[in-house]
This record gives sequence, structure tokens and C-alpha cells, in this order.
Amino acid sequence: MPNGTAAPEDREKLLERAMSRYQYAGDALIEILHTAQDLYGYLSPALLQHIARRLRLPPSRVLGVATFYHLFSLEPKREHSVVVCLGTACYVVGALRLVETLKHSCAGRTGPNGGVSAQIARCIGACGLAPVAICDGSVMGRVTPESLSRELERFGAA
Amino acid sequence: MTVDELADRAQAEAARQAALQNRIYCCAAAGCTASGSPGVRHAIAGEIGRRGLAGKVEVCGTGCLGLCRRGPLVFSAADRRLYGNAVPEQAGAMVEQDHELPGAISLDDPFFARQQRIVLENSGRVDPERLTDYLAAEGYRALAKGLTQMTPREVVEDVKRSGLRGRGGAGYPTGIKWELVARQIPERKFVICNADEGDPGAFMDRSVLEGDPHRVLEGMAIAGYAVGAQQGYIYVRGEYGLPIERLETAIRQAEREHLLGGRILETGFQFRIDLRIGAGAFVCGEETALIASIEGKRGQPRQRPPYPPERGLWDSPTLINNVETFANIPPIIRNGGDWFASIGMEGSTGTKVFALAGKIANTGLVEVPMGTSLRTILFEIGGGIPGGRFKAAQTGGPSGGCIPEEFVDIPVGYESLARIGSIMGSGGLIVMDDSSCMVDIARYFMEFCMDESCGKCIPCRAGTVQMHDILRRITRGEAGEDDLGMLHELAGLLRETSLCGLGQSAPNPVLSTLRYFPAEYEAHIRDRRCPAGQCRFEALEEAAV
Repeated sequence: MPNGTAAPEDREKLLERAMSRYQYAGDALIEILHTAQDLYGYLSPALLQHIARRLRLPPSRVLGVATFYHLFSLEPKREHSVVVCLGTACYVVGALRLVETLKHSCAGRTGPNGGVSAQIARCIGACGLAPVAICDGSVMGRVTPESLSRELERFGAA
Repeated sequence: MTVDELADRAQAEAARQAALQNRIYCCAAAGCTASGSPGVRHAIAGEIGRRGLAGKVEVCGTGCLGLCRRGPLVFSAADRRLYGNAVPEQAGAMVEQDHELPGAISLDDPFFARQQRIVLENSGRVDPERLTDYLAAEGYRALAKGLTQMTPREVVEDVKRSGLRGRGGAGYPTGIKWELVARQIPERKFVICNADEGDPGAFMDRSVLEGDPHRVLEGMAIAGYAVGAQQGYIYVRGEYGLPIERLETAIRQAEREHLLGGRILETGFQFRIDLRIGAGAFVCGEETALIASIEGKRGQPRQRPPYPPERGLWDSPTLINNVETFANIPPIIRNGGDWFASIGMEGSTGTKVFALAGKIANTGLVEVPMGTSLRTILFEIGGGIPGGRFKAAQTGGPSGGCIPEEFVDIPVGYESLARIGSIMGSGGLIVMDDSSCMVDIARYFMEFCMDESCGKCIPCRAGTVQMHDILRRITRGEAGEDDLGMLHELAGLLRETSLCGLGQSAPNPVLSTLRYFPAEYEAHIRDRRCPAGQCRFEALEEAAV
């Protein structure tokens, strides 16, 4: 399921169904958090409270797990996302230049109210195509600062 | 499905494929998918339909064909031609087997000729999304043999005889681990497949899961039978979308045909496999952290012993092996442990899959017998370094080291790499030429470990920060002579006192670069100069202005 696209009235039902499938077991916390993030796009404090209550876990445990793992986001999703891979293979073929391009082109748009989320990944396992970037979910191989700029300009227009 | 039905199904599918005029395989691994292979596959399917060849010519996906740099790759089975950089416009010519079509890659190229494929034997032969393809390639035959012709003890003995060692990096003998778990008294036991491939620069496990998921399931089921477990988990990185999808499909198919679940192959053996999706924490590749994560907790390691074979998941005896280790099991059981032991070298048997990346002509996935020299892997198979001079090969990711040119002729094995200060690791092999600064590479890996330290033990939590700070100052020309001594001291401290492998091995890239490239460190510190021309001494430049 694409991130955060479930209809609001269905979300609660779908999340409840997922929790009941795991019989509200605390062991399934990570699976439940994955499902919740898929449904809502991110894990808000209220959502974490709700999950803690339903799984009968201390809220501190739920927050502890949600903040430990990089893939869980506690902030709302932005309209666009760019991920530049800084795995070793990408690093040795010049991915740092892409990070600079990103900083330069997205200045002012990655802040708390900006429309772009810019992130760095630690290897996405597509090293044969290094350097790699992911723009709005699609993987681009052998990226140059120029090709990345072109992609980012598209974001600017949107 | 019974054992007899399994053989019948395999035979029928093999006969069906043999009757085809041609079968065209499009690489469906992540690399080629990103380069546009789905479009090529779609176009080929269209051309087949347009020519009325449906049922005579078939197009399907397949696992990683290896030469990722030339993707998308298409393999035409009837005329045994491999096309690189394929585009949809060439689809018609491929269906026609038009040999004038440019872009063909010779299969006699050393890239292919020098490889020996066991783990990747089904690349270019099996569609990862079709169970019958896997059956036709002798799939689940090893499980059938184990269940009907061997006792669990005999399976363990065969794995021991094979000499197979853990492919995740540490190289613990697989058969001995199986025996440890098999010997445990409690009835509830677990088998876990560690698919949390996190080393930057490594994509072997990803390719195996994407290209041949049933092979991993079969290996795990055999392990379950051998050690007496009824439940298995595959812990996959959350970042690996495509492997997760393929595994979900494969598990569903295998359950439907009674190759997993209750009454496997109509015998009394039952074994279920569930997926657990990681959420982005490198430390979860460590076995006790991985177990904590499956239990729904923060992925923090705990003290060992007790080791997981005694007390693992939910305190039950647990067998944990890596993806590539499980992928080696079906051929070992099919052909016998002695067959496997005859491949490779003394102490390191079988083959190893390496992911070639960095400054090398043929980036991609290769499988070679253990004992092959780095020179063969890098210069014959890998095609050498385009436009530069070889400086070092990095193995083992953040836990490994950099191998300089003087050692490229040593045979690659667990002990031989350890002797020169690196490790086999999971198989990432990153090539660097003289434009890479070794101090900066050491800093890069230390930054990685610093970010990924789980924070439970102080040596790792604080030590990686301190080591990174020194390395950062060296790369900025702000360090003094005594910093090297401090770096050595901290390295020893982390190695001796960290709780888990992450902290214990974090100093390795630093120590190996200090050992083989001391002049680079000295140039940064004494002359405030980066021989590779990569580090920028900003502080110094500003002062000069």
C-alpha cells in the first residue's frame, strides 16, 4: 500500500484489523508500526498513544521502538522526497557532489514547512548503478549533479 | 504434493520449456529494474504476441545476470545470446533472433568464463515468480531427499562434511552450529534467516532473495528438519521492497503446494516461515539485536554467551544463518557434502558471491570458488580499473579493512583475509583508485559506525564519536602527531571492551589503513596535504587568506 493514501475513515479500521491479526501481541509492535505508518504516512504522538493502549504496552516502550529505527517517521510526510545514497560504492564515485547539489538546489525548501524531504541513505543495495538517488520513490542510477538538478527542478515547478 | 508428484511436476515443466522455440529472460533484479528492464520485457511480450508466437516463444523475468553495469540485461536461451543496455526498440530483433543486433555480450568473456555458480546457478534459468520454474531446476528435490531418505542427524553430518562456513562474514562452521541447535533438549526451536544485509556496498543477499527466493525457503526448511524446528523467520531489511515482495509470493506458492506449512510433501514434517520486516537499523544484523527486533523491541544486542543456539528467540534454541548460507544448502544435500568440500580451498570450501562496486569496469555480482585471487576477481572478471591505478580493495564493510596492491595475489579465504587485517565479510568488494583518500575512507566508515551504534555500551557509543572526531580533524589538517597514538589506543579499547561485533570491529578500517597507508596519514598531519587530492583543508585555506 502506498504511504498514507488510505481514506481517513478506513485507516482506523485497517489498523485495528492488523492489530487483531497479531492478537494484540506486544511482540508484533514493529509490524503494527509499519502498518500504521503505511496508513497514516507518519507516526503522530496520538497514534503512538493509541497503539500503546491497544497493545497494552507502556507508551515509553512504543516511543522507544519508534525512535530507534530509522524507517519510522515521527513527522508528517512532505510532498516530495529525495534520497541520496552514501553507501561506500556511491561514496567513492562521488556521491558527495550530489549531496552538495541537493543542499544547494533545495535550500529553503527542506525546512520544517518546506515541501521537500531530503535524506541520505546508507546503501540501498543498487551499487552496480552507483551513484544512486531515489526521487519520489523511483531509483535513478549513475546520477550526475546535472541530472539530479533537472529532477529537483521538476519538484520546484510542482 | 507428494514426492512423486514433485518429480512429475518438475519433469512436465522441463518438457514444456524444452518444447518452446525460445525463452527470453529479462533480468528482474533491482539494478536492471531501475535501468528499465520492465519496459523491455513488456515490449518483448508485445512483439511475441504480434508475431503470433505465443506458446512458442516466452518471455520471463530472472535473477541477477551479474553484469549490472550493462543493464538492462536480456538473455535469449535458444541462441544463447546476452544483450546489454537493452531498449524496448530492440524487442522485435530479439524475438527474431537477429544476430546483427548490436549490444551482444560474449558469454566467453572472462567475466562469465571465470565464474563458478552454485548459489547463483538459477540466474538466467529460473523466473523468481514461478514455482514451477524452480521445480524444473531441481527445486525442492533436496528437501524431498532429506525428508524421505535421510535422518535429521544425517543431514547435519552432510552439512558438516561440506565444510560450509557462515557466509554472513564471521565464517562459523555451519554444520557445527546446526549440531549445537539439534542437540538442545527444549521442543520449541526456531530457524532464522538473517537477511538484514546492511554493509554499505553489499547486495549479494538482495540478489539471491530477488532472483531465487525458493532456494532460501528450501534451505531453511531443510535446516528446520535437521535441528528439529517447526517455525522459521526471515528478517529482511525494510529498505528491500522487491525482495520482500518476491519472498511473500514464494511463501504463498510453497504453502499452497505443501512445500511449507503442515505435512510437507505428505510426510509428518511441518515448518512455517514468516517474514519480519526490519525498520532500518544496521545493528540488527548482529544476531542478538536481530532477535530483540523480532521480539518487537529496540534492536539492541545483549551479552553472549548464552549464544542463540542455546537461548535465542523467546529464550528458545535458535539457529541463525545468513541468506547465502541457506542458499548453499539445497545443492549440498542434493550432491552431497563431499562434492561441496571438493570446491574451493582448504578451510574455506565452496564458492563465494561478491558484489563488485566502486572504481571497476564491470560492476555487478560474481561468484567464484574460494581461493580465487583478488587479481583474478578484480582484473580478469572485473575488467580492471577504468582510467586509474588500483589502490585498494575494501572488503567486509565497516567491519573489514582495505587490502593494498601487494596482497592482490593471495587466495581469498576466511583465514587468508584475516591474516592481512581484513575479513571475508558478507561479500561487498569495493575498489578504490588513487583518487580515493584512505584517511577519508577510514573516517567515512567510522562515521557510519558512529551513526549506527545502538548506544547500549559506552565503549562503542562514546568511542566511535571520539575516533570519528580525530579522523575528521586529520582530514581537515587540524590534527597533531599525538592524535595517531590516541587513535591506536581508542581502537584497542573498542576492540577489547565493546559489547557486540559492531563496536569490536569498528576500528578495523582505521587499523588496516594505518597499517598499509601510514604515509597518507603522515602527509595529512605533517604536511597538511591530501595525496589523493580529496580532502579540503578549509581551516588552513581560510587562515592563509
